[in-house]
Amino acid sequence: MRATVLVRPKPGILDPQGEAVGSSLRQLGFSISAARVGRLVELELENGDPGKARAELERMCQQLLANPLIESYEIAVEGE
Amino acid sequence: MSKAHPAVAVIQFPGSNDDRDAALALDSLGAEALLVWHAERELPDVTAVVLPGGFSYGDYLRCGAIARFAPVMEAVRDFAAAGGLVLGVCNGFQVLCEAGLLPGVLRPNASLSFVCRDVPLRVARTDTPFTSRCEPGQQLTIPVKHGEGGFFAGPDLLQELEAHGQILLRYEEDANPNGAVANVAGVTNERGNIFGLMPHPEHAVDALLGSADGALILGSLIDAARERTAVLV
Repeated sequence: MRATVLVRPKPGILDPQGEAVGSSLRQLGFSISAARVGRLVELELENGDPGKARAELERMCQQLLANPLIESYEIAVEGE
Repeated sequence: MSKAHPAVAVIQFPGSNDDRDAALALDSLGAEALLVWHAERELPDVTAVVLPGGFSYGDYLRCGAIARFAPVMEAVRDFAAAGGLVLGVCNGFQVLCEAGLLPGVLRPNASLSFVCRDVPLRVARTDTPFTSRCEPGQQLTIPVKHGEGGFFAGPDLLQELEAHGQILLRYEEDANPNGAVANVAGVTNERGNIFGLMPHPEHAVDALLGSADGALILGSLIDAARERTAVLV
């Protein structure tokens, strides 16, 4: 089973990477008022049960994939 | 009786690169540094542990995020829980934050640039095992070299750190190299036995290096370690 975890900087948290990307896009002539840069983690799960998988993904996010002080995350399980 | 040369463990993660500098600095200041590989499950008989700078596990995901699961970190956690002295420098600071042993988190520098230069710091407290050799309010010059060293804590956590006197070192107002909130350069846990800082005291232990102020931090740690061996014996 495939799942994706989208990790992004929480609103209000300074995102220097997003700012650099935004300013580069503006230099290229694009009209950008804001850019934020997150991280996409693609996972192949051995667990076939979507419910259990989601609980497991939550734990993965809390223990490793995101730092809750500065990042939020969204989990998407394929076929759910 | 106190031990003249207290044993201090310096942890080596894959990607650590200041481990030998830290060991050399500790030895030159009167400690007996013992390099400990990250795969070890136990610490040797030491009175302090140093987590050195570097790029543990390639800084993948977030700096320090993977290193905190290294086998040796369980032993470091137990050592700290028993009141043992733990010092984290730069990447070591990041590891301690990710491990939840220190509050807050280190973010990418506000400038997005890697900074490598001497920075002026102000000592906030001297009644600690990490700053006892400093004068109250003393200014120190110690180099930083990092890309992700901007300390961050939300307003509530920051207030808590201030109230408990956990912020031991701050960058001077006009010399904050990374956008750290409240100019925080180094913090302790609430109990005060774990300290993390972004500047590298091990790179400032001799006037030939441009500054010997780092010796005040490492020397304080060694003094405290020595006292502890006296208590234990």
